[in-house]
Amino acid sequence: MLAAAGVLAAAAVSARPADPPREIRWAGDPEGGAPYVEADPADPGRLVGFDVEIADLIARGLKRTPRFVLITFSSIDQSVARGDAEIGLSGIEDTTARRTTMAPTIPYYEFREVLTVRTADTARYRTLADLAGRRVGTLGGTIAYEILVRAQKDHRIQPVSYDDDVHPFSDLSLGRLDAVLLDNVLAERRRRSMTGLVVQQESIAVGHYVGILDQRNAPLRDAIDDIFRRAMRDGTFERIFRKWNVWNDDQPALYSRLLAGEPVPPVVGMVGAADVATLSRWQATRLYVPGLLTAAVVTIVLSCLSMTLAVGLGVLIASGRVYGTGLLRAALTSYVELMRGTPILLQLFVIYYGLAAAIRLPAFLAALLGLALNYAAYESEIYRGALEAVPVGQLEAARTLGLTERQVLTLVRGPQAFRLALAPMTNDFVALLKDSSLVSVLTVMELTKQTQIFATNLGSWVIPGTLCAALYLAMSLPLAAFARRLEQRWKPQPR
Amino acid sequence: MNDSVVRVRDLRLRRGERTILAGVSFDVVRGGLVALMGPSGSGKTTILRAIAALERFDAGTITIESLTLTGGIPSPALLKQLRRHVGLVFQFHHLFEHLPALKNVTLAPVHAGGMSVADAERRARDLLAALGVEHREHALPRELSGGEAQRVAIARALAVDPPLLMMDEPTASLDPARRSELGELLRGLVKQGRTILVSTHDDEFAREWATQVLRVSGGRVI
Repeated sequence: MLAAAGVLAAAAVSARPADPPREIRWAGDPEGGAPYVEADPADPGRLVGFDVEIADLIARGLKRTPRFVLITFSSIDQSVARGDAEIGLSGIEDTTARRTTMAPTIPYYEFREVLTVRTADTARYRTLADLAGRRVGTLGGTIAYEILVRAQKDHRIQPVSYDDDVHPFSDLSLGRLDAVLLDNVLAERRRRSMTGLVVQQESIAVGHYVGILDQRNAPLRDAIDDIFRRAMRDGTFERIFRKWNVWNDDQPALYSRLLAGEPVPPVVGMVGAADVATLSRWQATRLYVPGLLTAAVVTIVLSCLSMTLAVGLGVLIASGRVYGTGLLRAALTSYVELMRGTPILLQLFVIYYGLAAAIRLPAFLAALLGLALNYAAYESEIYRGALEAVPVGQLEAARTLGLTERQVLTLVRGPQAFRLALAPMTNDFVALLKDSSLVSVLTVMELTKQTQIFATNLGSWVIPGTLCAALYLAMSLPLAAFARRLEQRWKPQPR
Repeated sequence: MNDSVVRVRDLRLRRGERTILAGVSFDVVRGGLVALMGPSGSGKTTILRAIAALERFDAGTITIESLTLTGGIPSPALLKQLRRHVGLVFQFHHLFEHLPALKNVTLAPVHAGGMSVADAERRARDLLAALGVEHREHALPRELSGGEAQRVAIARALAVDPPLLMMDEPTASLDPARRSELGELLRGLVKQGRTILVSTHDDEFAREWATQVLRVSGGRVI
């Protein structure tokens, strides 16, 4: 009844024409934390941060009520474009791509891209050139990442992409990275909360935070730009940023230029190739295809190695569950249920970050182990079923002929079980190939992650998504065909 | 009595409330073709399985030559010796589905008997020829007829050269002509000095070919 009444009420409301919207939905990601958006430590149901206050400022200016929409940081552009929110605000960088594909506001904050290093390396790593051959981490799909990709060519730096801005700093502390390149707001926040890190004074580039809207919302963007200009003049922005301890001399200089109508480039100091968004689609595609192919190689190598390990472990687990003692069977059953009953993402996080205090696994090895340990549980169930499907009569026949239990397994049961398991195993390999995209959370640059970066920089998913799908299909279709052939060849024949 | 290959004494087995064997005793004389006769469910197969150490029993003893089985789990050493003395051809043959006929026959001599592959194949071909299925050596079990599969199963059991060959319901799926062929075959094996114990409910076959008939009823040999 209540639901029906709600639907009717909603229909009545929507039927009224030209009713001005009462809300302004703004998208952000609280995972980034303070000073942008975070859950209030005193009241976790409430959000605080300078972007929260800017959203309130916009809502007041528009005479609407702000409503927060939680969107993963890397998906804010796409969500705003598809209409999940009117504006995205979460320390979003001004880029040429966004100026080309979205309707960004005027900048409201100027930041500097700075290097953070371990205290012991303060004198050693001051510039990108000092970091030749070293691993430098940053948030994927950001200006900082783009700078590192260019520095890869110029200085042989190894860029390492993260999905969040916390783990680059913890990995720097652990020695997995030699430096982190991120904006000074994030760097200062981490320097304050972690020991042993130093933020270098030299800035690598200068960028700006903006709000982003869909191009169809350009009139709304213009209204918000007016609100921002008023906030620059009347000191509202200064008050907000002082409150969050991020006010500095760069901001009044930025506001002066904006209020004087001077153009402000999205990024200052990023040298090298032109921004992807300024290239034609064909040029951009040519630029990214080698990276996508390299990432596809990472995907296939990682998948092959993980599957090999998963098969080996799966055989051992299945054998233990079929032949082992009660205690061993119980332990192995618990393992299988644990791995099948918890998300693989959680397992990857635990292996890479959770165990870091005890053992610091390199990202690729952690990804390989995570996938292998998870898939071993599923494989073992296939093998257990296959072992148990071999008729008991054949096993007894083998025993009466004098074969030992080990010989019965290796000469009679195992080979037949392998044939039964091969087709489902091949299907699992195809699934693993796709699940390997999850390891990007451990900074492994595989195909999906590379595609995401390509799409963010290009401002469109059409070409990157098509190329990515084509590469996955090129890897998985032959496997699927192979599985079908095996099924045809070895399916049980009627007597 | 002293020339018995198998001596079964007071063999008893219960499964839950059901008595399967209620004190079975009999001897199998060396060089005989002995038929265990009885209706389905009378315990014939269980007796063969107990002699082959595939079935545990509650009480009694089974002595094969100098080896004695009691109800407990036999030691690996005892099992190893037992396998050299006793061969069993199952009612449904249970050939190894992934191996062609020749490999089915050579598997045990090579891996359990330590014979060279060449010697094992030579012997396997001789056995398959003696049983009239040498032309099927490359066929997989699923490609064999019921009669061919049975002959390959017999060859497989004989390949490890056991003095006692047991067969469970060997005539169950054979027409009369094939039954006679089997009878001739078993008689030939007996002439070579082998002892054969078959379980069957085929009265005609037992009367025509067996040198000794033991009747099983109510879990006893009567």
